[in-house]
Amino acid sequence: MGPGIEPGMTDPAMTDPAPSATTVNTGASGADTSFPVPGPHAQPRRLGVYVCHCGGNIADFVDVEKVAAEIRKDPDVVVAKTAMFTCSDASQQEIIRDVAENQLDGIVVASCSPKLHTFTFREVARRAGLSPYQYTQVNIREQCSWAHTDDCTGATLKALRLVKAGVGRTRLTVPLEPIVVETVPKAVVIGGGIAGLRAALALADIGLAVFLVEKETELGGWVGKFKELYPKGRSGRALIQELVEKVRSHPGITVFLGAEVTGKSGSFGNYEVAIRVDQTTGETVTVQAGAIIVATGFEAYPMKPGELGYGLEGVLTLPEFKELLEGQETNTPLVYRGRRVETIAYLYCVGSRQDPSAVEDAHEYCSRYCCTAAAHTAVQVARRPGGVHQFHLHRDVRTYGKYELLYGEALETKSVYLKVPDDEPPVVQPDPERGGLLVTARDLLADGETVEIPVDLVVLVTGMVPRANEELTRALKLPVSKSGFYNEIHPKLRPVETVVDGVYICGTCQQPMSSSEAVASALAAVTQAAAILKRGFAELDPLVAIVDPEACTWCGECAEVCPYGAPQQAEQDGKTVAVIDKTTCKGCGGCVPVCPRRAIDLEGYTDAQIKAMIDGLAEELGWEDSVPEEVMV
Amino acid sequence: MSTIGGASTPKILVFSTHNISDPGIDLAGSAHLHYSPTVMVISLPCTSGIRPEWIVYAIQKGFDGVFVATDGEECAYLPNCAELTSEVVTRAQTMLQERGLEPQRVKMAAVCSVCADPFVNHMREFAESLAPLGPSRKVAA
Repeated sequence: MGPGIEPGMTDPAMTDPAPSATTVNTGASGADTSFPVPGPHAQPRRLGVYVCHCGGNIADFVDVEKVAAEIRKDPDVVVAKTAMFTCSDASQQEIIRDVAENQLDGIVVASCSPKLHTFTFREVARRAGLSPYQYTQVNIREQCSWAHTDDCTGATLKALRLVKAGVGRTRLTVPLEPIVVETVPKAVVIGGGIAGLRAALALADIGLAVFLVEKETELGGWVGKFKELYPKGRSGRALIQELVEKVRSHPGITVFLGAEVTGKSGSFGNYEVAIRVDQTTGETVTVQAGAIIVATGFEAYPMKPGELGYGLEGVLTLPEFKELLEGQETNTPLVYRGRRVETIAYLYCVGSRQDPSAVEDAHEYCSRYCCTAAAHTAVQVARRPGGVHQFHLHRDVRTYGKYELLYGEALETKSVYLKVPDDEPPVVQPDPERGGLLVTARDLLADGETVEIPVDLVVLVTGMVPRANEELTRALKLPVSKSGFYNEIHPKLRPVETVVDGVYICGTCQQPMSSSEAVASALAAVTQAAAILKRGFAELDPLVAIVDPEACTWCGECAEVCPYGAPQQAEQDGKTVAVIDKTTCKGCGGCVPVCPRRAIDLEGYTDAQIKAMIDGLAEELGWEDSVPEEVMV
Repeated sequence: MSTIGGASTPKILVFSTHNISDPGIDLAGSAHLHYSPTVMVISLPCTSGIRPEWIVYAIQKGFDGVFVATDGEECAYLPNCAELTSEVVTRAQTMLQERGLEPQRVKMAAVCSVCADPFVNHMREFAESLAPLGPSRKVAA
């Protein structure tokens, strides 16, 4: 560690930035840790700032005219206006006109959350002849007016600071353009279950070449094993057969059975995907693809021996019970090992919602489908002759949406639901008196009474668990969530996209879902993939990491921290430095703070830009105290 | 500290993430949950990309505390995001101490995309914990 800053001392370089780059010692990493503090910007800019009323959503709480008037004092702000709705066509046209008339070279819009209109205004900037990345969205609605409806003065001060930060950032923008990559009109679909089959057919039907890769020796997955699907009673087997026939006869689809994806190289738009087609010889073929859809599905929760009586005669998991049920004619009474089944107990949440303090590698999530699957199974059982008493020992019942009807049907067909405590699972033992099994549980709906239910069968309603797909996960560099399923960018806003461009996830490899939800997500993935493949090119955000080759001495720290392999060692002007592969970089910035030379910046979020934003947010505005006491809340 | 409303309210800078914690903070606003307007947010792609210097810079510029709203285990970019972010925070705390500033001025917690109430609670609790420390800038600028 070099000479440090004495406790109690202030950094002159930080509190009073000198015009030239000054260095201070950070003393943290032990290496040469000096970092430049940006001086005042050299180039004057011509910025336009638009402060939105959003009807009254903003203007009722923020004095937008005051904000515009204050920001107009900034020497780089040429135009500062308010607008009733900045996102309206008229306001967009006005911005474009202002840019032309005043030769603006940057735009700041202070309105709603960037989640809503970033793309709208990037397009406005583009139509005005600017780079879409010379625009900054400032959030003064969700993160200002709406959060401070109780404090108009505070909200106005904050809005001005946020706008100052936006201006500070925009001042330092450079005219970036999206990275354009060509896309190959071919896709790889991994997994031949219902999601994969539907995805493959949908892609092929719109004229894209599809390589469908299935690990098993036949297509069909889980749904192919089911006889009857809710709500129309269609046979899963027949449905899958129909899909498989279509896939088999489609000229655009090539099917690889007993095959696994083992590698992915190349870059977004034109990946080379290695498929091991022969598991014994290890023979591998390589195909080109612009997109990859992962639909590898789930596994049923594997019971541990002895868990909830598993291993005793008559204790079955739900998949095992369904196999038994569907193996017998529906017009005959249910029989298990030659004996009539008269009583069944379903034990819910098996392998789901586990307590991590009690179970090793707990599955903490709810598997979503199992309550519905158990109700569906119970209705099927009730339809058979013979009359079976069915008890459902649940913690909660989640038969969401239209599946509520199924739950109603289960109740009507005399299924009995008993709520048991979360931390006291039912106990399953052999029944010494009558044979069969004895289930003991506390019934919370009967004042916590302990009940003993003699039954013939216990059905363990098991949840879904992620498949062990380490090789595929590694090959595609797919992010995995805490629960072990593949991770989308955002569950609501970008539900089938992953951070790996051109790689989409759908179905139950992503989270537990029903077959119809799996198909819906498969078609969503198809839409996303087809949008870039049919267009022939895709645009990537240029907001990626950049390396200053002057400062970089290649230590490899950046490459170490990046799971995508974006930073690569390269020779440049006789020097070994890191270069960032722009199409591989995800723009997360994880490499920025680990660089001991401070040689890496993230475009759009550079060191100078973040500090300029902090300056804007921290600015003493001078009129806090001039506001009369009574309007302060 | 800002003196809005007569009582001193700590100025807090929040670093959030575009995909996870910033939507959570947006949701607090959409639900009209109130927190202090002296809380201000800079959203980044991922909190693993925060330079510790930015945290120190913010405190030296007059923020009383910096709150890092991480994605926790949900980060779509980096599997070890929480670990990397906590390294950043630790480094920032060391740097603050070297400058005679309290390491408690930095706090990190996971804020999910629907964590509106938890975010507001974090802000209240963080402000309460900053209050006894007094303003970060002992000498007025």
